[in-house]
Amino acid sequence: MNRFAALLDRLVLTPARNAKLRLMTEYFRTTPDPDRGYALAALTGDLDIPSVKPAILRALAVERLDETLFAYSYDYVGDLAETIALTWPARPGANRPPGLGEAVTRLQAASRMEGPRLMEQWLDALDATGRWGLIKLVTGALRVGVSARLAKQAAADIGGKPVNEIEELWHGLAPPYADLFAWLEGRGDRPVSKAVAPFRPAMLSHALADNELDLISPADYAAEWKWDGIRVQAVREGNVARLYTRTGDDISGAFPDVVEAIGFEGAIDGELLVGARGESGFAAARFADLQQRLNRKTVSPRLLASHPAFVRAYDCLVIDGEDLRALSFRERRKRLEALLARAGGERFDLSPLVPFRDANELRALRASPPEPIVEGIMLKRWDSTYQPGRPKGPWFKWKRHPHVIDAVLMYAQRGHGKRSSYYSDYTFGVWTEGENGDELVPVGKAYFGFTDAELAEIDRFIRNNTENRFGPVREVTHLPSRGLVLEIAFEGIARSNRHRSGVAMRFPRISRLRWDKPPSEADRLETLEKLIPDDRAFTAPVRGIGREPADTHIRRGRRSP
Amino acid sequence: MRAQDLLRPTAAGLYSPRGDFYIDPMRAVDRALITHGHSDHARPGHRSVLATRETLRIMAARYGPDYAQSMQTARFGEAIAFNGVTVTFHPAGHVLGSAQIALEANGMRVVASGDYKRRRDPTCASFEPVRCDVFITEATFGLPVFRHPDASAEIGKLLASLRQFPERTHLVGAYSLGKAQRVMRLLREAGYDRPIHIHGGLAMLTRLYREEGIDLGTIRPATVEGGGRLVREEFAGEIVIGPPSSFAERWARRFPDPVDCFASGWMRIRQRAKQRGVELPLVISDHADWDELTETIRDTGAGEVWVTHGSEEALVRWCSLNGIAARPLHLVGYDEEET
Repeated sequence: MNRFAALLDRLVLTPARNAKLRLMTEYFRTTPDPDRGYALAALTGDLDIPSVKPAILRALAVERLDETLFAYSYDYVGDLAETIALTWPARPGANRPPGLGEAVTRLQAASRMEGPRLMEQWLDALDATGRWGLIKLVTGALRVGVSARLAKQAAADIGGKPVNEIEELWHGLAPPYADLFAWLEGRGDRPVSKAVAPFRPAMLSHALADNELDLISPADYAAEWKWDGIRVQAVREGNVARLYTRTGDDISGAFPDVVEAIGFEGAIDGELLVGARGESGFAAARFADLQQRLNRKTVSPRLLASHPAFVRAYDCLVIDGEDLRALSFRERRKRLEALLARAGGERFDLSPLVPFRDANELRALRASPPEPIVEGIMLKRWDSTYQPGRPKGPWFKWKRHPHVIDAVLMYAQRGHGKRSSYYSDYTFGVWTEGENGDELVPVGKAYFGFTDAELAEIDRFIRNNTENRFGPVREVTHLPSRGLVLEIAFEGIARSNRHRSGVAMRFPRISRLRWDKPPSEADRLETLEKLIPDDRAFTAPVRGIGREPADTHIRRGRRSP
Repeated sequence: MRAQDLLRPTAAGLYSPRGDFYIDPMRAVDRALITHGHSDHARPGHRSVLATRETLRIMAARYGPDYAQSMQTARFGEAIAFNGVTVTFHPAGHVLGSAQIALEANGMRVVASGDYKRRRDPTCASFEPVRCDVFITEATFGLPVFRHPDASAEIGKLLASLRQFPERTHLVGAYSLGKAQRVMRLLREAGYDRPIHIHGGLAMLTRLYREEGIDLGTIRPATVEGGGRLVREEFAGEIVIGPPSSFAERWARRFPDPVDCFASGWMRIRQRAKQRGVELPLVISDHADWDELTETIRDTGAGEVWVTHGSEEALVRWCSLNGIAARPLHLVGYDEEET
């Protein structure tokens, strides 16, 4: 347990992806079964242990420490798990510190009453970091900035295997994954997945660079609209049907309407959207409406009726038990069209191909899509096989031009790792009418989109124009006559009651530095508000399941059935 | 005789009305007794200064030879009288030359501890508990969340990381007086024999420590002019020690993909490490942790405890739970940064 906790302790403060991988890989390589397997399960969010309530642990802690002193401590630290871990008086030698596997299996076998007693013994025996790790493990999310995918990548690295082989097997495996590690270390055969209706790793695209447009001709590439929903895989095998995100999270529980409607035997790749079926097919609603249905374990009948979901299919991986991934896109497309015509049912339609003659026509199509839910164009080589991961060349995404505004730099924070001596995280604002005339209101944060040379220039500006310091944050001069104007590109905007400005941007980044522009000429909040699609109330964009890979959050608990 | 006649808090710091002198005064005074060389305790401009030989040296190195009009060396255990107040210095174990100061008159003894720790420190004399009636303790880490781990195990974490990331410079933030040299010495004790590179801000005091006979091995300046690929490669996998503030300076850019480390008791709290962008916190402190503070209060046998800089209220609470009279002094001017 102490070792696993030390790994978590290191991961939580390590910003760089490769450094995290190395820390995990070394842990997996040097830790015996079953501890490493339970560690992998904990990191991927697949560890199923009965939780111990933080309130119970707090009560145990104040049996050992004056309540007032505990309150002072909690007030200072701000985190309950950490406060308990740090104030718990160690009794070295009192008990033997548990291994991770031992802690997990004994908790799994323990009754509700026994759990806290076990915790007490272990907290006595562990060191402060070990106590912290154990409390994190039993009270909920680890939150160490590691995605399930990254943890699997680290495990794959010990055997030099592609992570997709693990992804493909994953749903048929169970902690502590001894057979998986045996295979990765060359001591055993590849485990056989026993899962029914498993997830298959998705094929991803690269963004099309401007100079790559010339490569695209209708002879080689098919074009489709790129829909602004979430990528899903709909699978049925016999009586079992499931809906997965593109990272393999099972979201069947939140979308029973779609799952029940999977009337074919196979695995379909498509876009999950919200919308009702009319006479001319489905009318897709905005992404904000889809968000109402995301991040839920279950869904109410009312929401099912007001926000019906459907899948707009664009590829097939398996049909009637036949794996089609080695076939060309052209052939798969034919099979998909035939399948949907035969067994598409009530909740599936086909993402149409978009005919084009040349790059110019593509450009025009991209600039004026038929529906607002289109966020660009997908380009897929006719001869491309379905390869898991993100191979360069066969598939491109070509998004619409983002929205652009001019905003004023207000605050800057130091970065991490290579950027730790640079102010590289920027909070920017736009003008709005305040009590004493116009004032800047923060509307977002951006930390990429600039070159190294530009970073150095911004950093210099910040150091020379600092008004205030708050720990690692500097307030930068932002007067109408003096300050730095940043051109911010972003994908969309929505109302938000979590931000003072009342708006939240999606995917903001810096597209240009406007040294030439005085802050007084930056945009106003009203301009942003006009970009909000329509004025029905909806929630702020949150990092949803299945969208851009989110390396920062992991959830605990077994996947829903 | 009341303790307040022997020593009392004033705006300028702890003052002895009977002896007419200050301990670690915040502003220039006629007569100052200095516990140790950290700049928030040892300030320049007093008329006369009494301190240990090492502390006087540190002050001279920091402020130049004219930092006071007269300097007097205090030897540990040697009695010096001021107007009937007998003063003795005792090791505090905080940094090189650090002392507690005991005041005695008419059978009443007050001990001002200055900053102190009870852990082993190969760069200075160990703390000696002094029996007294009133004990004045610091409380920098005066909360039960602060229980410092073994310093050599923390050094072990640094060396393990160096093996895991041999291409990255390990930049260790450490305060320039005491902590930096202790980290160097602990590295040597752990068998690390490569040159240790230091920021220019550490050079003077590190030289002073070495002249005081503390073996720190090969120390090299990390302030090489030029930049460019050659310099970057030179620092791959090396340990560079600098003052904590140097990380945010442009100076830090010369190192390849640095691992920011910080040797401080504050690193016990993850959020503190996170806020500072520290990737590898090293919980190494020159201040007493919670257990050391409470143990020391007991060891002194003091019936009354005055608590200064830090988390006064928690330590006062502990004293009251344990039947010891205690009050916070609320002295201002002592800085959390020099820890």
